[in-house]
Amino acid sequence: MISLEEGGFAIFLVLLAFACLIVAGKTFDQVMAFHAGIGALVAAVSVFVIFKKYFDDGGEPIPQEIGGKPNYNFGPVKFGSVAAMFWGLAGFTVGLVIALQLAFPALNFDLPWTNFGRLRPLHTSAVIFAFGGNVLLATSMYVVQRTSRARMPGKILPWFVIVGYNVFIVIAGTGYLLGATQSKEYAEPEWYADLWLTIVWVCYLLLFLGTLWKRKEPHIYVANWFYLAFIVTIAMLHIVNNLTIPVSVYSTKSYIVWSGVQDAMVQWWYGHNAVGFFLTAGFLAIMYYFIPKRADRPVYSYRLSIVHFWALIFIYIWAGPHHLHYTALPQWASTLGATFSIILWMPSWGGMINGLMTLSGAWDKLRTDPVLRMMVVSVAFYGMSTFEGPLMSLRSVNSLSHYTDWTIGHVHSGALGWVGYISFGALYCLIPWLWNRKGLYSLKLVNWHFWLSTLGIVLYITSMWVSGIMQGLMWRAYDQLGFLEYSFVETVEAMHPFYIIRALGGALFLLGAVIMAYNLWMTVRHGEAEEAEATPAGSLAPAE
Amino acid sequence: MSAWKKHEVFEKNSFVLLIGILIVVAIGGLVEIAPLFYLKSTIEKTEGMRPYTPLELTGRNIFIREGCYTCHSQMIRPMRDELERYGHYSLAAESMYDHPFQWGSKRTGPDLARVGGKYSDDWHVEHLKDPRSLVPASIMPGYPFLAENRLSTRDIQADLSVNAFLGTPYTQEQIDNAAADLMGQARPDTDAAYEFEERWPTAKIRTFDGNLKDVTEMDALVAYLQVLGTMVDFSIYDDKANAR
Repeated sequence: MISLEEGGFAIFLVLLAFACLIVAGKTFDQVMAFHAGIGALVAAVSVFVIFKKYFDDGGEPIPQEIGGKPNYNFGPVKFGSVAAMFWGLAGFTVGLVIALQLAFPALNFDLPWTNFGRLRPLHTSAVIFAFGGNVLLATSMYVVQRTSRARMPGKILPWFVIVGYNVFIVIAGTGYLLGATQSKEYAEPEWYADLWLTIVWVCYLLLFLGTLWKRKEPHIYVANWFYLAFIVTIAMLHIVNNLTIPVSVYSTKSYIVWSGVQDAMVQWWYGHNAVGFFLTAGFLAIMYYFIPKRADRPVYSYRLSIVHFWALIFIYIWAGPHHLHYTALPQWASTLGATFSIILWMPSWGGMINGLMTLSGAWDKLRTDPVLRMMVVSVAFYGMSTFEGPLMSLRSVNSLSHYTDWTIGHVHSGALGWVGYISFGALYCLIPWLWNRKGLYSLKLVNWHFWLSTLGIVLYITSMWVSGIMQGLMWRAYDQLGFLEYSFVETVEAMHPFYIIRALGGALFLLGAVIMAYNLWMTVRHGEAEEAEATPAGSLAPAE
Repeated sequence: MSAWKKHEVFEKNSFVLLIGILIVVAIGGLVEIAPLFYLKSTIEKTEGMRPYTPLELTGRNIFIREGCYTCHSQMIRPMRDELERYGHYSLAAESMYDHPFQWGSKRTGPDLARVGGKYSDDWHVEHLKDPRSLVPASIMPGYPFLAENRLSTRDIQADLSVNAFLGTPYTQEQIDNAAADLMGQARPDTDAAYEFEERWPTAKIRTFDGNLKDVTEMDALVAYLQVLGTMVDFSIYDDKANAR
């Protein structure tokens, strides 16, 4: 007998395929026709796969345990890990391309699909949502199963979440290139992509909660608190910031319900908390599982985890309006944002201390294990960015740094250093675990990856500091007669050498990632298989 | 120790943890966002603000489509150098009909909040087609294809209706004649232009792209750029009365 889940998904996808076909047939909007076509195709193929799976295994229920051990569902985790590596390479490459476009504008080719304005959102979305998102989905599915000692619920649901999310990525990315965008930074996808992501995200929440409900452990492990906060808060931010009215169901174009100053406030409430909850809370969850696991030490302080968790999620949400100092946003709002940004420094460093001090008694491993070193350096970068952030949120500093490359440098010290390195570390751990390998193909290559990309990050952030502060100072420079000293374009010219250095830094970071992809590929293909009973031990006990 | 013990309730019940998280993360946003909708001082009192004409709105949508906001802000801050470089600082009232806002976050190129009227139409057309022909050190991409793409009138009435639904004060007459007005604004000395002028007395009617025959995306984008920052009458604007 076909299960309610299989039947439900099949009916939903059949209806979706028909709806997409109708839209594709009736629309005059070529982008909509293309995206509806993709939707119909993917939905139809998915229905076929559901039925094929059903007839192949004869509708037998999947055993929850095998030999007294939980029968974990790692298929979707593998899919997410591979997708993360793929999108990472794609996103870093686009980043390098747009960095070169700023140094050498001829590389825009003056075509609609290759201009900086369309590629820049492609870069940001590819690295944040495609690379980072797949890392978060894959690791959360792994960690919540392991720490709950339970298999994820459902047969179709986990696959729907991971594949559905990647379909969203494809729709969003191709949309930017073809000119479908809402122009809200880090929330550019148009209304139909947003709607699809909402469905996928609700399923993700149910999947995560469902696994917690099945848990054999009395306590919910700390990493899962952070994952849950990430999932719930991103849902709230996504829905409020993307409230929009489409021009028609056959059109990609929509108008955001908020306008002007209120839209600016909603956008940066969203934008800063995409950093706070997607790029911080989610990756802190990774820190709380993978660093103790790799170092083979318990988390430093259980109490610090509690204080740091609630303080971080309460305070972060206020910090958004520091993006709007001196704008037409009333000053009370931006001052409130800056105040909370300063306070935020404390829980941020609480988290950093908890991560770093987990290495007590295992510091020697930094010398021998480049994967652990990568994760520890990642936490150090986290500490640095979360110190720089409050500094930049001060009105006086912000008046200089805002609108300049300093912001870009700050973002990348967090993105390349913190998010990038903790993700690389997690993938270096996860791939051998998932494919039952004794270890990585080559630790030497991990070392190369580490040093090349560290050099890349240093070049990147120092060049952006110099070019940002220089440009900010040039804008406000006066000559002896009291006139503005520089025209705008003179400040653009002055940044040229730093744009080249930045591109070089990006190239090194990309090269490191290529080495990583090769190393992981060889681990899966040619790595030595691990004996069955030596699978990594179960969940972690919180430190007392 | 006992206080720490109480945290168990969150650690042992996923539902309690979920509700706890929801409450904690909702507070900041509510306090910062909700007052902006009812505090009257949020949006200044000004003379001259009007909704975008169909052609300007279309131009704005092209500005969004091409990602111009990734390099150009539209928000002048009240600092001496910015006032001298760009003009009067931006008011909240000036973007009150903007769905979505275009304040931007980066100035790889200059601010555009008051670019309207600063350069001629011809300058904009040439600059958009080939920026380095006018500004040799510019790193802006070229947009020659805009002059090739003719505008479609298919969706413009729906565009205005949706904006009106969201609170932009378009009149029913302006909505009903959106398609005609889209073309009329770029075709001076035609009947369509005269009718446009009756519905939009303060808007400029020109062949923005210098091409009389077709109404193109270039017309629309230049019409949008030329209206930026020009609506509010600053000769009668009272800075002190609107101080917040």
